[in-house]
Amino acid sequence: MLRPFAAFVLIALWLGQAATAVTAEQQPVVNVYSARHYDTDDELYKRFTEQTGIQVRVIEGKSDELLARLKREGEFSPADVLITVDAGRLHKAVEEGVFQPIESTDLEARVPATLRHPDGLWFGLSKRARVLAVSRERVDDSVTQLNYEDLTKPDWKGRVLVRSSSNIYNQSMVASMIATDGPEAAQAWCGALVENFARRPQGGDRDQIAAVAAGEGDVAIVNHYYYARMLTGTPQEQEAASKVRIIFPNQDERGTHVNISGAGVVRSAPNRENAVRFIEFLASEEAQKVFAGGNQEYPVVEDVSITSVLSELGPFRSDSVNATDLGVYNREAVMIMDRVGWR
Amino acid sequence: MIRARGIDRWWLSASLLVACVVAVPVAGVLASIGAETGGVWAHLASTRLPDYLANTLLLAAGVCVIAAVLGIPAAWLVTMYDFPGRRTLSWALLLPLAVPAYLAAYALTDLLQFSGPVQSFLRELTGWTAGDYWFPEIRSLPGAIVILGFSLYPYVFFGARAAFGEQSQGLLDASRTLGCGPVRTAMRVGLPVARPALIGSLALVMMECVADFGAVEHCAVDTLATGIYRTWLGLGSLDAAAQLSSVALTVVFVLLVAELLTRRKARFNRSTAKHIAPRRVRLSGTRGALATVFCIFPLTIGLLLPVGRFVYLSVLAGDARAGELFLPLIRNTLLLGIIAAAICVVLAICVTYASRLHRGRCGTVLREVCRSGYALPGPVIAIGLLSVLGWVDHRLNDAQSALLPGAPPLGLVLSGSIVAVLIGYQTRFLAIGVTTLQGAFDRAPAKMDDASRTLGAGSLRTLLSVHLPMMKLSILTAGMLVFVDVIKELPATLMLRPFNFDTLAVRVYQLASDERLPEASTGALAIIVLGLLPVVLLHRVLDPEPSDRRAI
Repeated sequence: MLRPFAAFVLIALWLGQAATAVTAEQQPVVNVYSARHYDTDDELYKRFTEQTGIQVRVIEGKSDELLARLKREGEFSPADVLITVDAGRLHKAVEEGVFQPIESTDLEARVPATLRHPDGLWFGLSKRARVLAVSRERVDDSVTQLNYEDLTKPDWKGRVLVRSSSNIYNQSMVASMIATDGPEAAQAWCGALVENFARRPQGGDRDQIAAVAAGEGDVAIVNHYYYARMLTGTPQEQEAASKVRIIFPNQDERGTHVNISGAGVVRSAPNRENAVRFIEFLASEEAQKVFAGGNQEYPVVEDVSITSVLSELGPFRSDSVNATDLGVYNREAVMIMDRVGWR
Repeated sequence: MIRARGIDRWWLSASLLVACVVAVPVAGVLASIGAETGGVWAHLASTRLPDYLANTLLLAAGVCVIAAVLGIPAAWLVTMYDFPGRRTLSWALLLPLAVPAYLAAYALTDLLQFSGPVQSFLRELTGWTAGDYWFPEIRSLPGAIVILGFSLYPYVFFGARAAFGEQSQGLLDASRTLGCGPVRTAMRVGLPVARPALIGSLALVMMECVADFGAVEHCAVDTLATGIYRTWLGLGSLDAAAQLSSVALTVVFVLLVAELLTRRKARFNRSTAKHIAPRRVRLSGTRGALATVFCIFPLTIGLLLPVGRFVYLSVLAGDARAGELFLPLIRNTLLLGIIAAAICVVLAICVTYASRLHRGRCGTVLREVCRSGYALPGPVIAIGLLSVLGWVDHRLNDAQSALLPGAPPLGLVLSGSIVAVLIGYQTRFLAIGVTTLQGAFDRAPAKMDDASRTLGAGSLRTLLSVHLPMMKLSILTAGMLVFVDVIKELPATLMLRPFNFDTLAVRVYQLASDERLPEASTGALAIIVLGLLPVVLLHRVLDPEPSDRRAI
C-alpha cells in the first residue's frame, strides 16, 4: 500500500515542479516571442546567457498568432522582443503599433539600411532566397538562367512544382510581383503558372525538391536553405539533392526574391535594455555565423563568413523590393491566388 | 422520475456556469457574425467557400462511414464471438487513439507519396517513370478520409463495444427464436438498441473532422478549418475567419440537433438493472481466422504502420537533442494531460447530471453548448479565449492599482498562465467527457433515482452513492480519452502556453514545420507511447467482461 502511495507523491512533486518553474524567476531576463523554430536558435540563446547573465525565455509560434497574442495582452504583455521570419509580418507589427523605436549605433553600423526599419522599429537578422531547383537529368545543363516568368511558358507545361499558396513564402513572392509589375501582371503570371503545375500543390519545400529528384516534375520553387540542408541531411535527402541543381532566377533584371527574418523591441517591453542587447547580440559576428552555419541562411551583416555549401551556390543579385511592400500586398496576393485556383 | 426540487436548481446553475466558461470562445466567434470584412467575405464566397464546404461535408461523411464500417463490426465480433486473439484485440483496437491524426498523416504520406519508399521501390522494380502507372494519391480527399477514418474509428468501436456488451441475452435469444440468423440479429436487434451510443460516437468523429487542421493540411485538402486559418493569416481578416468558423459551427449544430431528434423518438434507459450478459459463440477454422484478420486490419493501418515508419525514421536520424530536452517536455505534457482530464471529468459529471435532473430543455441545451466547442479548430478557441481573458486581466490590474496604488502590477495572471491553456482544453474536449458520461447516465434506469430520492437522499447524495459508483468505468474512460486527446493537442497549446513551457507536441511541430520529419519522429513516438500507456494500463479496468462471462 505504501509503495504506490510514495510513487504517487513523487510523481506529483515532479509534476508540481513544472508548474512552479514557470513562475519563480528573479534573475535578469529577456522575454522573446519568436516565429523561428530552429534548434540553432537555442544555441544562440545559450551563448547570450553565458555572455551577459541574462536569461532568455521564449514562446515560439507562428508570426500571426504571436502578433494576435501581443495585441490582446496589450500594455501588460511580458514580451520584450518579437522575431518573425517574414518581412511582411514585420510590417504588420509596425502597423499595429507593436514595436518601439530603438537607437543603437552598433545595429545601425552593422545591418544595411535596406534591411532595417528607418526609425529603428525592426532589424533584419538573416536572409532567405526563393530559388529554382531544377532536375539535373531532365533540364539541359546549358540552361543556367531562368526567370520566374519563364516558368509560365508552354515548354514548362506539366513540369512545375510548388507548395500551397497558404504558405507565407509564396504569398511574399507574389506580393513582390504585385509591387514591381502590378496586380494584373501578377495575376496573369499566377494563372499561367497554375496551368503548368505538375501536380496539385502539396507538401513543403523539401517535398518539392524530393519530387523533382523522383521525376514528378522538373523545376521547383523553393527556399534556398532547404536545398542546402538536404545536402547535409539523411542519405536519402543527400541523394535527392544530388539530382537537383539551383538556379537563382531573374539575375539579368530585378533579381531573385529575398525575404528576411527580423526582430524588434515590443512597445511595452518590461526589460527594454536587455531586449536591445539581445538584438545587438543577434547581429554580432558570432550570432550571424550561427545563422549561416546552423541554418544555411544568408547573414545580413556583410563580410561574415558563410558555409561552403552557400559559397558554392555563389553570389547572386537579390530583388530590392521594399520589405514593407511584402506586407502591404499580402492580402491582394492571396486573393489573386484564390482566383486562379492555386490552392 | 421525481421532478427537480428547489435545491436541484444548483445543478442547473453549475451547468450554466460551466457552459459560460466553455462557450467563451464560441461566443467570441458568434460575436463577429455581423462584422464588416472589407470585401473578404464576398471574395471567399465567390472563390473558395464552395470548396471548403463541400470538402468538409464529404470528409465528415466519408470518415464516419469508414469509422462505422471498421468500428461497429469489430465491436460486435469481440462482444458476441470468440476467436483467436479476441481478448487482446478487444482492447488493442483502441490503441490507434494514441496516434494523433496529423502524425498518422505525416507517416502515411511519407510512405505512399510519389517520392516515398513504396512508389520508389515500385519504379525501381518495373522501370516505370512518372505518368507510366496509376497509384492512389495519398495527398487527396480520399487519402485524408482514409487516414482520419483509421485514426478515429476507436471512438465508434468504443461506444459500440460498451453498448453491445450491455445488451441482454434475453433480447438476442428472442431474436434467434423468431428465426433471425446472426447477421439479422445484429442488424435488427443489436444495432437499434446500441443506436444512441453509436450516434454519440459518430457525432464525436464528425466534430473531430470539422476541427481537424493538421491531417487535412498535410493531405492538401482545403476544408473550413484550413480556410479559417488561411483567411486569418493570408487575408489578414480575423472577422472573416470568425465568420467561417460560424459556418463550421452551424454545420455541427445542425448535426447535433439531428442527433437529438433521433433520440427523442425513444427512451433508451434500461428498464431494469438486472441483465443477462450475452454468451459468446466460438468461431473456429476459417471463420475465426477471418474475424481475427478483420480486427487486425484497422490496427495495422491506424497504429502499426505509422509507428513502424516513425521507429524506422528515428533510428535513421532521430532527434539528436531528445536526451537533453525530453524529460521536461514529458513532464509538462503529463501535467497538462492529468489536470485537464481531472477537471473535464468533474465538469462533465456536473453538466450531464444537471441535464438528467432537468428533463426540460434547459439542461439539454446547456449540455449541447458544452459539446459544440469540440468542432472549433484550436486556433479559433485560442483567439477567443485570449480576447476575453486579456480583458479580464486588464480589469484585474485596474482594480489592483485602484486598491493598492504603487504596488507592482499583477500582470497577466489568467491569459499569461497555464490557466488559459487549461480552459482552452475544456472548451475543446469537454464534449468527450460529456458524451461518455451521458452514455453512462442513459444506461442507468430512472427508477434508481426515484428509489434513492424516496428513501430521502438528496440529489448530491444520489449522485455520490448511487450513480458515481456505477459509473466508475465510464469516468475512468472519459478521463483517459481526454488525457490522450490533450497530449495530442497542438494548435491551442501552441498559442496559449506560458514562457518556456513546451510540450512534446510543440517539439514535434517545431521540427515538422522545419520539414525535418526524421528528427520529429522521436517526439512523435514519445507522444504515441504516452498515449498508449493509459489505454494499456486501464485495459483491465476497462475490460467489459466480468469473469463469469467466459466463452462457452
